[in-house]
Amino acid sequence: MRAFLCVLLVGAAACASAPSQTTTSNTPARDSTVADIGRGGTSTPNADPFPSTYVPFPARTTVIRNVNILTAAGPLIRNGAILLQNGKIAAVGASVDAPADALVIDGAGKYVTPGLIDDHSHLGVYAAPGGNALSDGNEATGPTTPQVWAEHSVWPQDPQFPRNLAGGVTTLQVLPGSANLIGGRSVVLKVVPGRTVQAMKFPGAKYGLKMACGENPKRVYGQRGGPQTRMGNVAGYRAAWIKAQEYRRKWDKWNSDHKGDPPARDLGNETLAEVLRGNIFVHNHCYRADEMAQMIDISHEFGYKIRSFHHGVEAYKIADLLAKEGISGSLWADWGAFKMEAIDAVKPNLVLVDHAGARAIVHSDDPSGSQRLNQEAAKAMEAGAEIGIAVSEDQAIKWMTINPAWALGLDDKIGSLEAGKNADVVLWTGDPFSVYSKPEKVWIDGALLYDRQDPSEQWRTDFELGFVPFNRN
Amino acid sequence: MISYKLISRLALAFVAMLGVQAAAQTIAITGGKVYPVSGPPIENGTVVITNGKITAVGVNVPIPAGAQRIDATGKTVTPGFVNSSTQLGVQEVSAVNDTRDMSARGKDNIAAAFTVWEGLNPNSVMLAPARKEGITSFVVIPTGGLVAGQAALVDVVPGTTTDMIIRAPVAMVAEIGDPQQAGVGSRGELIVKLRELLDDTKFFRTHRDAFDRAQTRPFAASRLDLQAMIPVIEGRLPLLVTVDRASDIDAAMRLAREYNVKLMISSGAEAWMVADRLAASRIPVLTGAMNNIPGGFAALGQRQENAGLLRKAGVAVALIGNAGGGDEEAFNVRNLRQEGGNAVSYGMIWDDALRAVTLAPAEFFGVADRIGSLQPGREGNVVVWSGDPFEFTTRAEHVFVRGREYNEKTRQDLLIERYKSLPSTHNTPRP
Repeated sequence: MRAFLCVLLVGAAACASAPSQTTTSNTPARDSTVADIGRGGTSTPNADPFPSTYVPFPARTTVIRNVNILTAAGPLIRNGAILLQNGKIAAVGASVDAPADALVIDGAGKYVTPGLIDDHSHLGVYAAPGGNALSDGNEATGPTTPQVWAEHSVWPQDPQFPRNLAGGVTTLQVLPGSANLIGGRSVVLKVVPGRTVQAMKFPGAKYGLKMACGENPKRVYGQRGGPQTRMGNVAGYRAAWIKAQEYRRKWDKWNSDHKGDPPARDLGNETLAEVLRGNIFVHNHCYRADEMAQMIDISHEFGYKIRSFHHGVEAYKIADLLAKEGISGSLWADWGAFKMEAIDAVKPNLVLVDHAGARAIVHSDDPSGSQRLNQEAAKAMEAGAEIGIAVSEDQAIKWMTINPAWALGLDDKIGSLEAGKNADVVLWTGDPFSVYSKPEKVWIDGALLYDRQDPSEQWRTDFELGFVPFNRN
Repeated sequence: MISYKLISRLALAFVAMLGVQAAAQTIAITGGKVYPVSGPPIENGTVVITNGKITAVGVNVPIPAGAQRIDATGKTVTPGFVNSSTQLGVQEVSAVNDTRDMSARGKDNIAAAFTVWEGLNPNSVMLAPARKEGITSFVVIPTGGLVAGQAALVDVVPGTTTDMIIRAPVAMVAEIGDPQQAGVGSRGELIVKLRELLDDTKFFRTHRDAFDRAQTRPFAASRLDLQAMIPVIEGRLPLLVTVDRASDIDAAMRLAREYNVKLMISSGAEAWMVADRLAASRIPVLTGAMNNIPGGFAALGQRQENAGLLRKAGVAVALIGNAGGGDEEAFNVRNLRQEGGNAVSYGMIWDDALRAVTLAPAEFFGVADRIGSLQPGREGNVVVWSGDPFEFTTRAEHVFVRGREYNEKTRQDLLIERYKSLPSTHNTPRP
């Protein structure tokens, strides 16, 4: 709890003396030629200034045989096989043909699942060992900061990354914190050792935009120029979108006719305009049902889509609305009651959202919980069974694989075990929904990046060298 | 301490008298795999509870006439679980200040006199969800400062705080890993400050008359705090120290030896590094199995194998939540069984993990004669589980506390009932 509160409160502490800033200044563009506008050209002035430099790690053709496979794309395959080749899933089924030189792993009694995906992480931006020096998740100098990008805060040497990988997580969405109404861009990372954050960035992944409802923004800014109330929050979102619409209009016009000087660039509005164009997904921290419904109306007013509500402890009260709107719920199994807007948390929340036909996602918002997404899902399944809604393992596996892949717009590449998809794969010691099972091996793009049995295959960050006794297994 | 013991005993006797009509019944749980914890498991065992107490445990136990029978065939029967590190009842909604009663202002970061249970709310809605998942007793721990105050061990029963108390105080709580919180400049100064408190307590103990005549030098702590510390230096009340770094644990051990203080370690991220010495000094450790994050420079050696390694070295271990997140001290006190499963997954023997959530904490806090095991004479704190209590698919099917079964609806149950089927309008569903 201490660590958790730290994440929520640290923004307030860090910026206690900072002046309130509600508008961002428009910086004139240095140049006015299309060529200088950069990659992504017509849709945004500079779409990819920090491109991914990710290169898959060396991979060996590998076949896992005699193993139970939860594909997240169909029923459990008992005693099946899966072939990982050239970084992709080459085949999966009751049996597969493998080349003679393939590494063969006997998976008797074990399970294979897709690599898990946590769409709510603060790894790197609230890196261990913590403290002010590593507190980089909330730019709490003003309630609306779409101009900040989480990747510029990510410390690739955060020792939490390898622990997450050991928990079977292969893809993370790292978000800014929830101090602000609009907190900035998220970044999607592969959980791989990188010298730079660019080396961890998922190639081609869309950005997300973090927004936050309710108590956090009004707590952080209540005594510092506002918003002080929930109605102040809503006025803040709308004011930001009004400006973004204007900005987008100017730029879209200029992009189509190239008449005169291009409009002045504004980092924050570039991000918001991309949301309005559908190129950046909105990930909205929001607990209460009534506030989620209001956020949906705001999205209608300005013509953007909310991709996922995060935390949503009251999602079960409007599960039908989420299904109708095509909005996923990124939820905990059992967190709740730590603040007023969380008091109505119920354990079957994930199940009720799933049951209503909306996409349910197990998320963590927590470096420990992220290592046990499987256990969180198992708790929710049991809570569903208790109220007469049985959820199969085939379905529950989607909560931490294909559904978050969808929330990140990556469901064509990751999130299920189907031929042609990236070979992000976890071999579990047993049924992943058992408390006694753990990831034994984890592959990303076909490369073995974690092996519980082999310490030489266990990534240690630079920070850990010397500081942290080597003790994981 | 004596007076509290007496009060709680009188209160219990009173409750027992009152409860004659309501709870004066006999329950026989039959056919299950019974884990008394104090002895080996019993296949097809019977547990008899009479007038709130366990009266028989074993095979071929005669079932008293008129007993309410519970068929536990294929099920697991254990003592009720004990979560020994909570703020249950003294924290309702942690971000709502009005509901937070776990900390004292104290004087100069010392609040030894603080009896946290005086603020415990028996009507807290956090209690039922914990009990529903098999938590029948908990320790309420004060937090903050250098010496946070005194802890109590209570049962999850309705009534008054006095009705709930099994024993109070059960420990004096101090936190020594955080100089800032202790109001000092460094670790070394923190130890000096503790030493000064212990020295002053010793002196105060033998010079109370002089103190009352104002003939003593000024003390580091208030009269009430010094008074409260006396059972600690007499070795009657354990000092429960929240501490993570191995060297801080070592400092606590040195101090405990020097002053003959009965020490317990809580949190203990790096306790595994000094496991042999903790075992040799018979110092118990309260820790969890779901944290492996070097979450501070005092916890660089944090690992999930901690509990298992400590046990292997012969240290007595009680499991507590240690990963943070989700209000593990209140709403998610119920996740103790997940802690147990993870402890097993990271090297603890299953029976040890069960002991670590039942009899071990009962022993640490001096209440093993009351709770923590299934033996005649113990409180009827018994749980019938549908299977392995540590596994997610398992449910606590029957939860008895002091011989009464609880299966009332929690606040969460009521919300689920209301919203399980949603109407076609956005009106709140009506029954």
